[in-house]
Amino acid sequence: MSQAVGINFKKSSIDALIAGFMALVLFGPIVGVVLDGYGFNTEFGKVAWMIAAVAIGRFAVSSFLQTEKGIAMAFRYANNNDGVEVLPPGHKSKMVWVIPLVIVIGLLVPFIASKYILTVIILGLIYVLLGLGLNIVVGLAGLLDLGFVGFYAIGAYGLALGYENLGLGFWSMLPIAAIMAAVAGAILGFPVLRMHGDYLAIVTLGFGEIIRLVLTNWASFTHGPNGVSAPLPTFFGLEFKRRSRDGETFHEFFNIPYDSAYKYMFIYIVLFAVVWAVLFIKHRLVKMPIGRAWEALREDEIACRSLGLNHVLVKLSAFMLGASTGGLAGVFFATYQGFVNPSSFTFFESALILAIVVLGGMGSTLGVVIAAFCLTVLPEMLREFAEYRVLMFGILMVVMMIWKPRGIVRVTRTGFAARKGVVK
Amino acid sequence: MDIVLQQLVNGLTLGSVYGLIAIGYTMVYGIIGMINFAHGDVYMVSAYITAIALALLTFFGIESFPIILVGTLFLTVAVTGAYGWVIERIAYRPLRSSSRLSVLISAIGMSLILQNYVQLSQGANQQGVPTLLTGALRFHVGDGFVQITYMKLLILFISILGMGILTYVIQKTKLGRMCRATQQDRKMASILGIDTDKVISTVFVIGAVMAALAGVLVTLDYGAFDFYVGFIIGIKAFTAAVLGGIGSLPGAMLGGLILGLSEALFAGLISSDYKDVFSFSLLVLILIVRPSGLLGKPEVEKV
Repeated sequence: MSQAVGINFKKSSIDALIAGFMALVLFGPIVGVVLDGYGFNTEFGKVAWMIAAVAIGRFAVSSFLQTEKGIAMAFRYANNNDGVEVLPPGHKSKMVWVIPLVIVIGLLVPFIASKYILTVIILGLIYVLLGLGLNIVVGLAGLLDLGFVGFYAIGAYGLALGYENLGLGFWSMLPIAAIMAAVAGAILGFPVLRMHGDYLAIVTLGFGEIIRLVLTNWASFTHGPNGVSAPLPTFFGLEFKRRSRDGETFHEFFNIPYDSAYKYMFIYIVLFAVVWAVLFIKHRLVKMPIGRAWEALREDEIACRSLGLNHVLVKLSAFMLGASTGGLAGVFFATYQGFVNPSSFTFFESALILAIVVLGGMGSTLGVVIAAFCLTVLPEMLREFAEYRVLMFGILMVVMMIWKPRGIVRVTRTGFAARKGVVK
Repeated sequence: MDIVLQQLVNGLTLGSVYGLIAIGYTMVYGIIGMINFAHGDVYMVSAYITAIALALLTFFGIESFPIILVGTLFLTVAVTGAYGWVIERIAYRPLRSSSRLSVLISAIGMSLILQNYVQLSQGANQQGVPTLLTGALRFHVGDGFVQITYMKLLILFISILGMGILTYVIQKTKLGRMCRATQQDRKMASILGIDTDKVISTVFVIGAVMAALAGVLVTLDYGAFDFYVGFIIGIKAFTAAVLGGIGSLPGAMLGGLILGLSEALFAGLISSDYKDVFSFSLLVLILIVRPSGLLGKPEVEKV
């Protein structure tokens, strides 16, 4: 490759041998001996392939890291400078025209797309909402929340149980669920937010699991693992069913033939509007003092406290806002599925939302939207690789943290005054 | 009365298992200040290796229980230790200088990788091992009786032995001195000629080995497991580590015992459906009331 620096192939070979041996120890028993009752079947061919792949890969990496380019790259990753990129003051993005374009395309989608594609896009938008909510907590305020799915569950069960017990419909539950999730966030957050970042992660994880376990075990109220059915939204009181017991339905009122796609179109349009509202609110909040306080607290908590910021209140506001967004997403999820049960709210779901935020770039709105669609729509398209999905998420999370800890879209912020020599 | 005593006996064995796994969390946290989220899944891997080792040993016609036990322990401990080493090498060492958040996310990624990797290679079904050691000691108490199976006695014996050896290694040997020095001040230790990277790797291996002991014992006793077992037991062991004071070795063992006993009593006397809720609530409560745990030192924030 490069003549200036010689590659020590002996060292690469030794590295490759060690890696191959470790691969044998690791993969040998788990991959090579597949349990079958109390006996086993062997799959030594697969193990041999994996060992060969690991050894060759290690050889290539080891050789590459000895070249000039490799040394430069290793040096860059050892000193990766993370932080926010500051743009010159008065910077206007040239991409502003994209926003109206996306809105127009977004509004056209329900009339062009088939019912199946529409449902996939709705799911993608629900995860965008979840990603945006968690992004406020993790990305902006730097609080690792591993129990975000708890707020999602509160929203979803809020709609289902509110309809069953109190007769509340979609429209009244939408704000109520957001408030309920925010209150739950406050109750959990207030005592917890004083503590160290890692402890917070575990406490929120515990909270998410407690919610799921209560939903599973409190069968008299939540119907346990069987789940509860959730109502559909109504269009100014008109229902989207084929026939309604009380009053006219949507298709009868407008004198059009019944189509089950109408309800998805309507959910989509409402969801689309809510996502844009959340995007707008988040965009404005980041520029306000509270948003700047979140980011400052993420970067250096001790400095912020020394400057007189009330760290508990600032964190709590981020936590509650994130939670209420999660609650909103839950309501949409329940009405979209028409049914909720505890198995939709496992820790894996929290990890998936976290993967969206991490991959998209912590704090970056655009990145989160892209990542949410990639992680939810792509698996739908690539059904045959569905079983490798979780493995891919895991590998992506590890690789992204090593390679690009700030995600695919780097966060930028417009500066307020020109600094000589720093910003052009 | 006999229910309470019986639950105390069950709680004691459960607690010693939690203690064994908690050691992995507490040592890693003590030395590099991170929560090794994948530790519960290392335990899960060790459960699978136990079953595989048992199947292999039976296949080669070995039938005497002591040899099977020693062989399984040896194989499981060796392979799981290798897992601990490789996980640290791949997912944590490149992030040594990154923020705590990055390392934690990388650990969560590792946990997902391990779960899915085992699921893909071994199938999603529940697996099992045959019961090898049967029989129990019975004590008459009043009208009823309390029974301790031989397997439970074995769990107690091996976990006490394991903890004893570990305490000796940490307190009396050169390796232990290096670990303690690195825990106190990593930079200073490396200036004084300790290869801190090697020490950190060793700590991960020790944690994995202790989890492997727990994995062998629980799998032999309980029989059934799947690729998801590491999650719940991991959080509980972490609760035990926090309860005893994270970073403190005797704290992990004490925390494990207290958690095991209180959980068993709660399950026996109040409700076994909500025993996981009880443990998680206990975790939240301890962190709010006394984050430094029973034996831990309060953490001082420095700039």
